[in-house]
Amino acid sequence: MIIAFIQRAIIQGIPLLFGSTGEIITEKSGNLNLGIPGIMYVGGISGVIGAFLYEQSANGNINPFLAVIIPLLSSLVGSLVMGLIYCYLTVTLKANQNVTGLALTTFGVGFGNFFGGSLIKLIGSELPSIALTQTSNCFKATLPFASKLGWFGDLFLSYSFLAYLAIIIALVTAYFFKHTRKGLHLRAVGENPATADAAGISVTNYKYIATSIGSMIAGLGGLYYVMDYACGVWSNDGFGDRGWLAIALVIFAVWKPDLSIIGSFLFGGLFIIHNYIPNLKFEQQEFIKMLPYVVTIVVLIIISLRKKKETQPPTALGLSYFREER
Amino acid sequence: MMSKIKEPREPLFHIIKRNSIPIWKSSLIRGLSAIFALIICALVTFLLTGLNPLEVYSTMLEGALGSQRRIWALLQDMVMLLCISLAVTPAFKMKFWNIGAEGQALMGGLATASCMILFGDKMPAYLLFPLMIVTSIAAGILWALIPAFFKAYWNTNETLFTLMMNYVAIQIVTYFCYKWSNPKGSGQIGVINASSNAGWFPKLGGQAYLLNIIIVLILAAIMYVYLKYSKHGYEISVVGESQKTARYIGINVKKVIIRTMILSGALCGITGLLLVSGTDHTITRDTVEGRGFTAIMVAWLGQFNPIYMLLTSLLIVALQKGAIQISTNFGLNDSFSEIITGIIIFFIIGSEFFINYQVKFRNSENKEVKAK
Repeated sequence: MIIAFIQRAIIQGIPLLFGSTGEIITEKSGNLNLGIPGIMYVGGISGVIGAFLYEQSANGNINPFLAVIIPLLSSLVGSLVMGLIYCYLTVTLKANQNVTGLALTTFGVGFGNFFGGSLIKLIGSELPSIALTQTSNCFKATLPFASKLGWFGDLFLSYSFLAYLAIIIALVTAYFFKHTRKGLHLRAVGENPATADAAGISVTNYKYIATSIGSMIAGLGGLYYVMDYACGVWSNDGFGDRGWLAIALVIFAVWKPDLSIIGSFLFGGLFIIHNYIPNLKFEQQEFIKMLPYVVTIVVLIIISLRKKKETQPPTALGLSYFREER
Repeated sequence: MMSKIKEPREPLFHIIKRNSIPIWKSSLIRGLSAIFALIICALVTFLLTGLNPLEVYSTMLEGALGSQRRIWALLQDMVMLLCISLAVTPAFKMKFWNIGAEGQALMGGLATASCMILFGDKMPAYLLFPLMIVTSIAAGILWALIPAFFKAYWNTNETLFTLMMNYVAIQIVTYFCYKWSNPKGSGQIGVINASSNAGWFPKLGGQAYLLNIIIVLILAAIMYVYLKYSKHGYEISVVGESQKTARYIGINVKKVIIRTMILSGALCGITGLLLVSGTDHTITRDTVEGRGFTAIMVAWLGQFNPIYMLLTSLLIVALQKGAIQISTNFGLNDSFSEIITGIIIFFIIGSEFFINYQVKFRNSENKEVKAK
């Protein structure tokens, strides 16, 4: 049962890992993107729209490669557009980041639920609900020998390619921040854009690129949720508060993508642990669901009490940069 | 993707911060952006439903103002949004990003609901109402004070802290929804004191929402005076502009932060009271319906001025109602209203740029061209 629990925890954690890696990249550039929950919805529904249109046009003859690549691309495009809206408003038009982010979340969640609820009607199809089982099966393809390896296979090899992609992206990002010049520049932009600007780093470019890439990664979290966790069935508000949990995870991991891998599995575990404690009443379950948020608050307080330089949020987080204002 | 991001090497234009702008000009810019947004909304609706744009607007108007009942519902939703926006305003003016209004209002509502459940039958109304008011305000204050305290003394990031507090509040409310659920195990409390109406706001002139509307309008007037003419209001704006200046002229910044957040939390608590006792007569985890987040946008777009905020909340609520009407007519999903709200807000946020900054083109200033 322990193996099953860890396995479920990891599956729960993967969307959070995508979201938090994306948000860490964004926040390192000094943009506090509170639109991540909306972006993850859009990433999910864009993938669904792409897959739905493909399944409709393919008439049952699904090419596994196309079935994966089309939703993947449409999801990336959807979340890229969201990221660009955010960048245009906050970087180019210097709008307030919190307000823009929340507006983006309102829009994104609305977009997801609207198309999730109305897609069938809009296309004029006669299906009762969106169930992309065939596409989902392509996404969920695992290594063929994984099931033969017992607990080792279950624990390490039983996931779909997106799950491994999430971990690879997080590791690459961690390396990028620590060991590359571009990563150093990006951190400089987030810490002190005026200094970075003086050193010849293009603040605007870094913010745009970091936020766009961050959004695309976060959007994949939505895609993973629909195609893998939910087996290709879109249900409105099914994604729930996971987007906010991803932002919580950024704090929990103190802005380090490699820590957020472990953090996401832990959060995933906290998210489902109530199913594994026997004889729990409904109200006690609800209390346990509070844990990830409480843990995040505690981490937030501890890092502000300790004031250690390595664990602080980027100094310019949440501030728009206007060159002539320094 | 790349071509969109790259800037030309010689800037075609540059941007200057405006010191001030005449009111007619700023209103013109805002008005224009609202009109643009409405055009885009009609276009989006047209693409999705095939309804011609004029019909879009008439359907929306019908949804918002179509009958007397709808007008009352519109006003009710408007004042609820306004009330919670008023609550976050002093904190924002101080640049304290209280995005926990959702949770603070929910805790206020929970306090009200628990008074109604526990003491509804045991207390006379003249004791029950003061108790409900005091506990709801106290609950709102408690939820605001925790992050304020850590912000004031240890500079803990308040945006993230208040955000997390929302979800703690939501889970606490869900916990009590199961604990007091009726029937047992359903997770729904149902209408509280349905037979005795204990703890319900009285109907003024037969209108269920009139009392709510009056209370919020009075609060708005008080908030206007408080922010504009009181010493506290002045201190809030100084702390918001620059904490260093505030310290230099002898303002106790910690005290101002904590005092303002107490005020903010108290108003959120009152919103919870109005929502539970004056509107729903029950509590669920969705009682506040995300208004805590919309309120942040309303306060920002309304420039912290209660009169503008009233207009902004009217606009947003009317659009939401209109969009819901459209989606009902066409059998589409209700979330259409969120898409419309999002578009409107994007436009108005974007227009702020043209109010705060001035764009100067290279050609309009010969000096610059020569300098290169």
